[in-house]
Amino acid sequence: MRNILAIVERELRAYFSSPIAYVVLTIFVFLSGIFFRSILAQVMQMALVSQMQAQQLGPRPMDMPGIISRGFLSTMSVILLFIMPMLTMGLFSEEKKRGTIELLLTAPITDLQVVLGKFLAAGVFYAILLLSTWIPTGVLYLYGSPASGPILTAYLGLLLYGLTIVAVGLFISTLTENQIIAAVLSFGAIMVLWLVDVVASNAESPTSKAVLSYLSILSHLDDFMKGVLSTSNVIFYLSLMLVALFLTYRSIDSLRWRA
Amino acid sequence: MITVENLTKRYAAKTAIEGMSFQVQKGEILGFLGPNGSGKTTTMRIITGFMPATDGTVRVDGFDVFDNPIDVRRRIGYLPESPPLYLEMNVAGYLRFVSKIKGVPKDRIDGEVARVMERVSITDVKERIIAKLSKGYKQRVGLAQALLNDPPVLILDEPTIGLDPKQIHEVRQLIKDLAGSHTVVLSTHILPEVEQTCHRVIIIDRGKIVAVDTPQNLRFQLQGVERVFVEVQGPESEIVAKLRGMPGVTEVRKLEQNDGRHRFQIEGELRKDIRSDLARTIVQNGWGLYELQSATMSLEDIFLKLTTAEEEGKTGT
Repeated sequence: MRNILAIVERELRAYFSSPIAYVVLTIFVFLSGIFFRSILAQVMQMALVSQMQAQQLGPRPMDMPGIISRGFLSTMSVILLFIMPMLTMGLFSEEKKRGTIELLLTAPITDLQVVLGKFLAAGVFYAILLLSTWIPTGVLYLYGSPASGPILTAYLGLLLYGLTIVAVGLFISTLTENQIIAAVLSFGAIMVLWLVDVVASNAESPTSKAVLSYLSILSHLDDFMKGVLSTSNVIFYLSLMLVALFLTYRSIDSLRWRA
Repeated sequence: MITVENLTKRYAAKTAIEGMSFQVQKGEILGFLGPNGSGKTTTMRIITGFMPATDGTVRVDGFDVFDNPIDVRRRIGYLPESPPLYLEMNVAGYLRFVSKIKGVPKDRIDGEVARVMERVSITDVKERIIAKLSKGYKQRVGLAQALLNDPPVLILDEPTIGLDPKQIHEVRQLIKDLAGSHTVVLSTHILPEVEQTCHRVIIIDRGKIVAVDTPQNLRFQLQGVERVFVEVQGPESEIVAKLRGMPGVTEVRKLEQNDGRHRFQIEGELRKDIRSDLARTIVQNGWGLYELQSATMSLEDIFLKLTTAEEEGKTGT
């Protein structure tokens, strides 16, 4: 455990001693602010329309903060897709390029500890990123009283979703010495996991439709956003995460053989 | 301390090392000598557990590298060919990180980091970012990292590369100081380094051991002859005749002539010092002796001879 923490600490220091952490955080906070504002404007519009309708048809209940938070947090999942590869691209590729992998793989620590340390480090940074959205979410609490349940499940969903993407990115960074290639490949891989949803909607047979839509990392997020916490969705993310971590572990092992 | 048996490493396309066996005693400094690409780094990487062997076994302090990798790695300090440095960290921070993954107890980390920095004289740059250091300092930070947690075995791949002459001297002295309490395996392609620091040399070429011995013995074995240069003033033919007739002299060859002085190359029987006899003969005959110089073959020549002899299909010795 101490070995894992040592690696987590070093990775986090590396994030914050390079411009990456600041660039990623700034862009993320900036984009999430813009999207929050535009979603707010849209919902205001909707509110105005429904108010006019209410005068004719009688009042209808409308969960404004809920609509806003749902819209905002699902938008976040899209922004994250573009930002996450930057967090994971260098995790192993830089070690390979600079030769520091030789230090890690000859130190009295196991490969699993190295893999988990790096995964947790990127995971912690991702959690920091996610927590930076407390400002827009806090605004909802300040001016309204949103239901906390769906917001909490949405955050849990985003956490699982993000950690899965981190695990995939971690695996891909073991495959190359080049950070840019790692970032592009991770982006591509996540995009594929994302777009199978679109392919699924065009699929002919019901079986392939079901299988493809099950594989989409985004479709599993919907339930979380609606406030539904279902075991199958949690298991989906956890299993994808474990597969990616296992592949990372195996990839490091094969690195030893090929080195 | 280290036992290597029948070690073989094959890649898809080529064999890096084949059937290598040797032992390193506790407290010994063993030098690996060989041209680039001869398998020095591969051998070291297998001993440190960085990569597995295709065949053969390596034991360090009784632990098998493949079966008990963590026990082996705990006993080894390793400096790879390019020092494994995190460039964005400062020197002390980097050494603290390495201490942690090497399992130095928390309350001893600061003391241990201070100790190794003192040992390789980098205390003055401890707050500096590694990326900003000169090559010599980077190399020493790499060496400091290997010394952390005081491992009984040190594997150093080209430890003096990139250092200036003064630093090279310091590092060699450091390695010599470490011997006795530590077992050191170092690789180099600089021959004087082996002569000055190592107790024993393994010369390898294309993945095979060509020779193993002390630097002194290797020189003896390969020389075959004792060679002496003399510069004498006197009648040439008489000198040649007299010197040829001396016991122990096998060959007298004239090299050049200058102002009535002649330069000869004299070869004698192995391990027989003919220098004082030569001097006496020359002086007793009333000739002028201007120079007398023993030309022992340096390891460099031996090394070349060994590795080129192999090319011709003969064994080196």
